[in-house]
Amino acid sequence: MTDQDLDAMIDAAARALGIAIQPGWRAAVRANLVVNLRMADAVLSFPLADEAEPAPVFTA
Amino acid sequence: MQDLAWGGATEIAAAVAAGTVSARAVTDAALDRIAARDGALGAFTDVTAERARARAASVDTDRAAGRALGPLAGVPFAVKNLFDVAGLPTRAGSAINRTRAPARRDSVLVERLERAGAVLVGALNMGEYAYDFTGENWHDGPSRNPHDTTRMSGGSSGGSGAAVAGGLVPLALGSDTNGSIRVPASLCGLFGLKPTFGRLPRSGSFPFVASLDHLGPLARNVADLACAYDAMQGPDASDPGCAARAAEPVAGRLGAGIGGLRVARAGGYFRMGLTGEAEAAVAAVCAALDVAREVELPEAARARAAAYLITATEGAALHLGRLQRQAAAFDPDVRDRLIAGAMVPAAVVAQAQKFRRWYRDAVLAVFAGVDAVIAPATPCAAPLLGQKTFLLDGVELPVRANMGLYTQPISFIGLPVVAVPVAGALPIGVQVIASPWREDVALRIAAHLEAMGVARAQRPEGW
Repeated sequence: MTDQDLDAMIDAAARALGIAIQPGWRAAVRANLVVNLRMADAVLSFPLADEAEPAPVFTA
Repeated sequence: MQDLAWGGATEIAAAVAAGTVSARAVTDAALDRIAARDGALGAFTDVTAERARARAASVDTDRAAGRALGPLAGVPFAVKNLFDVAGLPTRAGSAINRTRAPARRDSVLVERLERAGAVLVGALNMGEYAYDFTGENWHDGPSRNPHDTTRMSGGSSGGSGAAVAGGLVPLALGSDTNGSIRVPASLCGLFGLKPTFGRLPRSGSFPFVASLDHLGPLARNVADLACAYDAMQGPDASDPGCAARAAEPVAGRLGAGIGGLRVARAGGYFRMGLTGEAEAAVAAVCAALDVAREVELPEAARARAAAYLITATEGAALHLGRLQRQAAAFDPDVRDRLIAGAMVPAAVVAQAQKFRRWYRDAVLAVFAGVDAVIAPATPCAAPLLGQKTFLLDGVELPVRANMGLYTQPISFIGLPVVAVPVAGALPIGVQVIASPWREDVALRIAAHLEAMGVARAQRPEGW
């Protein structure tokens, strides 16, 4: 994603979440989001079976 | 007792039980050391002097009356300030939490240690909301490394590391979500135990990431670590993450040696990015244990990524209301990471939790062939306070997020680990990792390394 894409994502998500991001915070939020999305690529690119269970198991 | 500042917890308890020294004298000495020396370390945020003196007096009264004393009788200890301490707001390293009502009771682990005779003397500095590997705190200042006070203690249990390595107390509690006991243990040259996920109850502690949070002790020797761990074991229904598992005491089995244990070194991911001092420490431990095998924990880099994302997103969910209402009151580094965590798509988190189970199964398959795995605890010894980046394999990376490179893939699946210190110009730790519920194996190996002199908590010069 370009910086413009990231800023659009940050603006939309911040509005949806009700977080007011000050101008001075944006560069650091963007840098952290870039790391998160890179980590997300690593997780999402790993093939898992449809039947794979998540780690936490709720017990009623 | 010759040296109350560097005496171990079990040594103090034995002296108190024998009447060589009173619990009150031990406590007064600890309070005096904190008053005289903590200004240079920044380890304590609260000192509970009145409570400590009363508790110590009751231990002495019990002894005078001939009542049985606990295994930690008269031992001063302190806890990271995310543990509830009756009468104090549980600040968890933040400014925001200081307006909370004071805790009405102690956390369960504080209660259990005091039931064993220990004496709480205060609460300890930490990185804000435990999202930290440096030991620096935006509001209270850094906790400093007693081996060099211009250097990091490591985080987020930085005050716990500084207080024990600086001889202020022989025992402290910390929390470890991604490495926050093991990193300060490594940088401060201490033994640290991160038990199996679900072993010790987290009841009465301020959370960070419910999927990954662990609590545990830091100490200067293995016997103290095991004694404190034994005193804290056992189920507690008020923590849904705590296993319904009876206590399995280990302190009496530390001298069993390592005969018959199969130990291997972690290869692949755990050999990348190591500085010379980290490689030398791992090599020394492996040589002492006659390790001839190397194993690979498959997909460790991806495991770290998944742990990173679960942390970022669960942490963001925990703090969302505060980010909406009081974002400017956070440590800026924590705030900006949490905001970015809130923006990660939910599908990623669901996949990370599925991958977590896959990875657990894959790593347990490795443990079918070994009893313990040796890995570095941190990529380097203590960085300078304020240092933002370091070079690993020639790549410049942020310190704050990357000190836990080697700890994150292990806590991600809740394996028990003892971080053992290797002495040097600056100390550095090595992880002894066992399979789930086998803290006894990791502690036996740590005790063996200590007996050989390979692992030891070196007394900092001048402390």
